[in-house]
Amino acid sequence: MAKIDTSFLDIGYLDTLAYQASPIQRLDPRVKLLTTLVFIVLVVSFDKYAITGLIPFIIYPVVMVALGNLPAGFILKKMLWAAPFAVFIGIFNPLLDRHILIYLGPVGISGGWISFASIMLRFFLTVSAAFILIACTGFNTVCMALEKMGVPKSLATQLLFLYRYIFVLGEEATRLTRARSLRSFNGKGKGIKVFGHMIGQLLLRTLDRAQRLHTAMLCRGFDGEIRLVRTFRLGVGDLAFFLSWTGLFILLRWYNLPQLLGNLVTELIR
Amino acid sequence: MSHHLVEAEDLKYSYPDGHTALNGVSFRITHGESVAIVGANGAGKSTLLLHLNGCLVPEAGTVRIGDFPLTKQTLPQVRRTVGMVFQDPDDQLFMPQVYDDVAFGPLNLGLPAAEVDRRVLNALETVGAAHLKDRPPYKLSAGEKRSVAIASVLSMSPSILVMDEPTSNLDPKTRRQLIELLKTFNHTIIIATHDLDMVLDLCSRTLVLKQGRIVSDGPTWDIMQNQALLEASSLEKPLRLQGCPVCHPDPAPRIGGHEGSEPHSH
Repeated sequence: MAKIDTSFLDIGYLDTLAYQASPIQRLDPRVKLLTTLVFIVLVVSFDKYAITGLIPFIIYPVVMVALGNLPAGFILKKMLWAAPFAVFIGIFNPLLDRHILIYLGPVGISGGWISFASIMLRFFLTVSAAFILIACTGFNTVCMALEKMGVPKSLATQLLFLYRYIFVLGEEATRLTRARSLRSFNGKGKGIKVFGHMIGQLLLRTLDRAQRLHTAMLCRGFDGEIRLVRTFRLGVGDLAFFLSWTGLFILLRWYNLPQLLGNLVTELIR
Repeated sequence: MSHHLVEAEDLKYSYPDGHTALNGVSFRITHGESVAIVGANGAGKSTLLLHLNGCLVPEAGTVRIGDFPLTKQTLPQVRRTVGMVFQDPDDQLFMPQVYDDVAFGPLNLGLPAAEVDRRVLNALETVGAAHLKDRPPYKLSAGEKRSVAIASVLSMSPSILVMDEPTSNLDPKTRRQLIELLKTFNHTIIIATHDLDMVLDLCSRTLVLKQGRIVSDGPTWDIMQNQALLEASSLEKPLRLQGCPVCHPDPAPRIGGHEGSEPHSH
């Protein structure tokens, strides 16, 4: 139960990081969003046994964490929350794909294990990039950037509201859970039936709140469009940031740097 | 100015489940008046407030705000004139940042950006919340949320302020600050509340609602002294008007029996 509390506080914490004054936080949000997208698309586009090619991409999260003054330990811990999903996606690969691809000394490693490792590596890269984007931009600003870049307004608005009310919903759920556990004894009262009622209750409360909210919006002249006074300006620094990162990503995508280095070294030894 | 006028004539309203909330409410509130609407839980206070800017449409009767009867055509004009502060600030503060929230109304009015900015800063300044402008609303304390909710309405420069339980959930000091703030306003103010001590401080006139009807309408001072009326409406004399518990112990036995032996000062 306490976990719900703290995990909600954590989402907020990620967001407060965005208020720091560092060169990364000051960049135009659209630039950061685009860079992150390019990064994710290129990482995902590798073929399924790729490992060596992916490794150099770690430079992006590392540099961003360092420049953005972000707490690396915290972000890694948050990623563990999402890790089970990635593990489940890849866990059957070693069972299904058993033909041996490479030998490390006497031990043969099957294609399944390699693709599993590749999935985990991609998971690490893409999710850390997304976390870093939020931590150095702020969720709201990301939504606004989305909207400015032509994402449908209703989608951006939905995201904004989702983020605003997830805390209220979380608090409400915490209160319900607390009230239940205070009156549950010997494991009674914790069953699925009560849980069903609680979820229903939460839904009804949410609908009520949505209605009150809509009323409050109408009272202030809401006509279906959310207007914001926020102007973003692209500077030279922003462009430099975008071009140098995407340039590097593309380079890393088409040239397998570790392999080239390895070849070079073996060449030299010979 | 006549646009500060609020007039209700024989309002009737039942909720879809059949419960009758308003059963013939009439009153007329003139420019600059501050009026309290008091009554038991479920007496119809909040329902009445929701009629004042067209959030609910009466089954019978009319509402007039200033020179307009409240109809679909005049709704935008009315909503601009009547600023409504809801009971739960979480319902009212829906934008990601305080600034955006206070700017929401003015932007919807179609004001130019510079004017919006001026109004937002002014409104936040008025409620003493200028330092909160970049904060997300969910991180504010209850008192701060309340101030910002009021600012989000003030930024539209309404001439009439309608508030539902403005002092609920506030600590005594914050409550006092809010009362002092409201005293400085020269809007027409309509407050639905159970906080009768605040009513004594702020409102010269009081409407008592009971089961969807107005059972009394008069100067606050007279109504608050009318023990029979208050009791019949599930209310109690404001604490300030009740006797000092030390000098005049209740007829009911008190624990520890004080009997006036120790001197105390007021």
